[in-house]
Amino acid sequence: MRRYFGRKLLVYALTFFLAVTIDWAIPRFMPGNPIQVMLARSGARAEAAEAMYTYYTQAFGLDLPVWQQYLNFWSALFHGDLGTSILVFPQPVAKVIGEAVPYDVALLLPAILLSWIAGNKFGAVAARSKQLDNTVLPIGYILTATPYMWLGILLAWALGIVLGIFPISGAYSYAMTPTFSLKFIGSVLWHWFLPFASIFLVKFGGWAIGMRNLIIYELESDYSHYLEALGAPRKLVRKYAFNNALLPQLTGLALDLGVVVAGALATEIVFSYPGIGYLILQSIQNRDFFLLQGCFLFIIVGVLLANFIIDIVYVLVDPRTRIGMTGEAA
Amino acid sequence: MSTIAEPTIGGMAKPKKRSEFLYFALRNNKLRVGLVVLTIFIVLALIGPLLTNYDPEAFVGPPSAPPSSEYWFGTTTFGQDVFSQFVLGLQSTFLVGIVGGGLGTLLGVVIGFTAGYRGGIVDEVLNMITNIVLVLPTLAILLIIAAYLEVRGVFAESVFIGCTAWPWAARAIRSQTFSLRSREFVDLARMSGINSWKIVFTEIAPNMMSYLFMAFILQFGGAILIAATLDFIGLGPTKGISLGLMMNNAVLWSALHLGMWWWFVPPGVAITAIVGALYVMNVGLDEVFNPKLREL
Repeated sequence: MRRYFGRKLLVYALTFFLAVTIDWAIPRFMPGNPIQVMLARSGARAEAAEAMYTYYTQAFGLDLPVWQQYLNFWSALFHGDLGTSILVFPQPVAKVIGEAVPYDVALLLPAILLSWIAGNKFGAVAARSKQLDNTVLPIGYILTATPYMWLGILLAWALGIVLGIFPISGAYSYAMTPTFSLKFIGSVLWHWFLPFASIFLVKFGGWAIGMRNLIIYELESDYSHYLEALGAPRKLVRKYAFNNALLPQLTGLALDLGVVVAGALATEIVFSYPGIGYLILQSIQNRDFFLLQGCFLFIIVGVLLANFIIDIVYVLVDPRTRIGMTGEAA
Repeated sequence: MSTIAEPTIGGMAKPKKRSEFLYFALRNNKLRVGLVVLTIFIVLALIGPLLTNYDPEAFVGPPSAPPSSEYWFGTTTFGQDVFSQFVLGLQSTFLVGIVGGGLGTLLGVVIGFTAGYRGGIVDEVLNMITNIVLVLPTLAILLIIAAYLEVRGVFAESVFIGCTAWPWAARAIRSQTFSLRSREFVDLARMSGINSWKIVFTEIAPNMMSYLFMAFILQFGGAILIAATLDFIGLGPTKGISLGLMMNNAVLWSALHLGMWWWFVPPGVAITAIVGALYVMNVGLDEVFNPKLREL
C-alpha cells in the first residue's frame, strides 16, 4: 500500500511540476513582448496603461535572469500570489478565482457523482436485457457522443427560450443581490438546473454504455459460467459481475475528470454561468494572461486532488492494493 | 478494412478467416448502422461543396433567413450561407479526426509497443511519462497553447490534439503487448534471431490489429469532440471554418434568443451523429472480433 501511494504521489508531484513549468514558460517564450501584447488588447486608458505596464514588467521580472524568474514564479505560487487581473484590474487573481470556485464545485460535484452512480446502475440493468438494450441504449450512445455545449444550447433553446421554463444565463436572477433568503436560494437552484442537466445527461450516457459492455464481458467470463453451472441464482452472478465491473469504471472516472472539466467549461459559457469556464473565456477575450494562468493552475490542482481521492477510494474497494499486490490501478 | 483480420501467422487459414470476419461484420447491426451514418457524412463532406455556389465566408443572402430552397440551411445574422459553412466544417471535422486521431494512435502504438516489449527501465520511464500526461487535463494544456498562438489552422489544432490524446491508448497497448510478449511464437521468433522491431510488427502487432483499429476509432471520435470544445471556447482555427466555430458564432450572435435554430442545430447534429456512429461501430467491431460478446 505504501508503494502504491508512493508511486501515485510521485506521478502527481511530477505532473504538478510539469504543469507549473508550462504555465510559466509559455508567455515568456512567445514572440514579442507579452506585456505590450496584453495591454494593447486590454484597451486601457493611457495613464492606466502606464501604471499597468510598470506593474507587469515588475511582476513578470523580465529583466532578471531566466532561472531567477523561474524560482520567483514558484516562490510567488507558494505564497498564494497569482498576480493581478487585468480584467478587473486591481483585484488579485486568487480572489477572482476564489469567487468563481463555489459555482464550479456546485455544478461539477453532483453532476459527476450522480451520473456515475445512476449510469452504472442503469447500464448494469440494461446488459443482456433485450428490450432495454435495444430501446434505451441507442439513446445512451447519442448522449455520450453529444458535445456538452451543444446539449446545453439545445436545452437552453427548448426549455429556456421556446417554453420559457428555465432561465438561460447567470447563476441567479440579475435583479437580486446574494442573501440567505429562501427566494434567493430558489433562484440559484433554478439557474443551476440546466447546466447541471446537460453535464449529467452526457456523462450518464457514457457510464451506462461503459457499464453495459463491462457487465457483458464479466457475464461471459469463466467464473460467471462456473457459478451458473453450480446453480447459483442469476441475481448473485450479476451481483459479482457488477462488483468486478465497478473497478474499471472507477479507473474510468479518474481518467475522465479532465474531459468532464473541459465539458463543464464549455457548458458554463453557454449559460454565462460565473464559474472558471466563464472566467477563461473572458480572460482569453481580454488577453488577461495572469487570470488565464491562474485558472489553468486551479484546474490542474483540482484534477490532481480528485485523482488522489479516487486513489484512496480504490484502496478501500480493491483489497489487492491493500495487501501489496499491484492490482489494476498500479 | 479487410486487412484487419488478415492473419500473418498460420497463413493456411487466411482466406477462411477473412470471410468469417466479413460474415459476422455484415450481419452486425451496430456495425451496419454506424457505417451507413458515417458514409452519409463523408459523402456530404466530399460532394457538399459542389452542391453550393456560395462562398462560406461571404455575405451572400438576406440576413437571418430560415431554410429555403435557395439557402438550404438558412443564413446567419450576416447573411452567410449556413449550408456552405456546414459542409466545409464537416471537412475540418474529418481532418481533425484523421490527423488528431491518427497521430494519437500512432504515438500510443509506438510508446505502448516500446514499453511493453522492452520492459525494464524503458518501461518504467515510459510508463511514468504516460501516467503524467494521463492526469494532465488535456484541454487546459490545449487552451493555454492555443491562447498564445496568434494564427491557428485546423491542421495545427489537430496536431496538438493528437500530441495530448495518446496516453490511454499507449497504456492499453502496453498491457496487451506485455501479455503477448511471453507467448511461445514470440519466443520462437526471438530465438531465430529476428530483430526486435521486426518481431513487434510481424508477430505481435498482427495479433492485436483489431485492438489497434478500435483504438483508432475511439481516438478519432475523441479528437473530434475535443476540437469542437476548443472551437466553441473561441480557441479554434483563426482561419477557415469548423463545426465548433459555427456553434460559437451562433451563441455569440445570440442565435438562441432570435430563434435561429438552423444555425446551431446542424453542426451539433453532425458531430453527435459522427461520433455516435464511431462509438457504435466500435462496440460492433468488438462483437465481431470477440465471439463471446455476440448476441445469441
